[in-house]
Amino acid sequence: MYNSRGDRVMVAFIYVFLTVFSLSTLYPFLNAIAISLNEGLDTAKGGITLWPRSFTLENYEVVFQDERLMSGFIISVLRTVVGTVSAILATAIFAYGMTKRELMGRKFYMLMCIFTMYFSGGLIPTFLLIRNLGMFNSFWVYIIPSLIGVWNMIIFRTFFQGLPQGLEESAKIDGCGNWGTLFRIVLPLSGPVIATLSLFTAVGHWNEWFIASIYISKEELLPIQTILKQILASNIVSEQTANLDAAAQAHMAQAKTVTSKSLSMATMMVATIPIVLVYPFVQKYFVKGVLVGSLKE
Amino acid sequence: MARLSTDREMQPEPVMPQVPYPRRKSGLERFIRQIDLQLMVLPALALIFVFSYIPMYGVLIAFQDYKIGHSFTGSPWVGWKHFAYFFNSPDFYTVMRNTIVISLLKFLIGFPAPILLALMLNEVRKMVFKRVVQTITYLPHFMSWVILGGLVASMLATDNGSLNMLLERLNLIQEPINFLSLPEYFWTILITTNVWKEIGFGSIVYLAAIAGVDPHTYEAASIDGASRFKQIYLITLPSIMPVISIFMILAIGNLLSAGFEDILVLAVNPALRDVSDVIDTYVIRVGINNYRYSYATAVGLFKAVVSVGLLTIANYVARRSGNSLW
Repeated sequence: MYNSRGDRVMVAFIYVFLTVFSLSTLYPFLNAIAISLNEGLDTAKGGITLWPRSFTLENYEVVFQDERLMSGFIISVLRTVVGTVSAILATAIFAYGMTKRELMGRKFYMLMCIFTMYFSGGLIPTFLLIRNLGMFNSFWVYIIPSLIGVWNMIIFRTFFQGLPQGLEESAKIDGCGNWGTLFRIVLPLSGPVIATLSLFTAVGHWNEWFIASIYISKEELLPIQTILKQILASNIVSEQTANLDAAAQAHMAQAKTVTSKSLSMATMMVATIPIVLVYPFVQKYFVKGVLVGSLKE
Repeated sequence: MARLSTDREMQPEPVMPQVPYPRRKSGLERFIRQIDLQLMVLPALALIFVFSYIPMYGVLIAFQDYKIGHSFTGSPWVGWKHFAYFFNSPDFYTVMRNTIVISLLKFLIGFPAPILLALMLNEVRKMVFKRVVQTITYLPHFMSWVILGGLVASMLATDNGSLNMLLERLNLIQEPINFLSLPEYFWTILITTNVWKEIGFGSIVYLAAIAGVDPHTYEAASIDGASRFKQIYLITLPSIMPVISIFMILAIGNLLSAGFEDILVLAVNPALRDVSDVIDTYVIRVGINNYRYSYATAVGLFKAVVSVGLLTIANYVARRSGNSLW
């Protein structure tokens, strides 16, 4: 198969390199799992790498007892579900309308969409707008500004245009209007693209933390990622200043062997669980989705 | 477009038809008849108008002394004051240097890395091995920067972070190094973390492009005695060149918008500000944390203009080489 010594050396090098590379990619995750399952005081003695030395679920118990973290988890779930369902629905309706040749103003509408992909007003004007709209400290700031994604609209539209024309025509003959055709014929045939874009949107919502950090000051509305960011920020500084903030100290008081490090690792794992749960689907659909996106280029 | 055709239809019909055909409808009538269709797109366009176009109009506050609670044109106009202030401020040099260095490093290392990974994966014939490597390397892409930042901080921590443990074990260092508080390590950490996050996912498009290469080309080359390395160099790379150049244009256009979340989560320590402050983080700090809205908008607008310029230049170069984006 490999016709020269040089080839064999190269292939061997590639296998070795990819193995080492994959292991080092995975290591931080495995290390975090191990620390999250290890007694915090024991972790502080050092030496934890791939598996826990003195196994405990205490860190997770503290996380699940902590009302602030649990409320963050629920907010994250809510915004992911509401945000994904509403965005996909709104974008699909928009995209279907844009496939229609008879739509008056179609070219102008399209231009209006494309233009936003090249220019934006920037962070501060958007920030002031959201403030003026009264969306500060409102759950809807997670949902409404990101309801319509132009990129997703284009992907939806491309997919709809690829569906057989005859189906829609026969629906029309049977007396279906545009809305009826969309919901009874087109959407049921769009499973793959809906799945792909929903996964994109859902992962985006779950991982998003910046919006909450500038628009939300009420603790009960913060998603888990933003809370985690605050905990980790205080944690990193604490290593340098030996100072913990009040929240971290309150966590610690609840359990004797839990340290800020073991606690933040457990919180990180909890915040990662949903991603790990969808990861098998991700493998299947994301790869396709990326290609759909790039082919449109 | 719609209005143009309407005007034409308003003109009197020519007096020739022998077969009477139905009177053409006016624009408004047509609009009302397709109101169900318009209702599909108008609400979405209204949202786009509000959340994309009103902020564009809002950049006007870069030329004012914006007072909170006023409209985007309701504050006193000050011309180029804020731009001049930025260009003359001591922050300008630091912020521009960091923006340019970090963007260039991300581009020079972050752009070829996925191509290299794709080329390597393509040489792997054991499908299970390939699948496992792909599964692992895609994973960080799906994690939030908060999680990845936490993992990096944990790896690099002075109290039993894995890297310090390893270096001590190897006797390379005596004392643990506080990597995340020392400016000289920041750029390396930032770029490494970025590559770690995106290399696997970025390789997908290149793998797909490689899969499209005609296998007969390789057979022919192999019969002619080309080594595997030569085949990569002479067949695979040239075949995926169009994909590479399209993604390169996109990358150059986004050079200045290379993201700020990574910096926000990794540069928590204020000691790193000298090397971590880029335009985006600067805008967030002076605008949102210090309430200097007009000044921050001016800085953001400056960045947007440079970005559009970069995209135009990149596309001009690409068009000359036959790979235009537009």
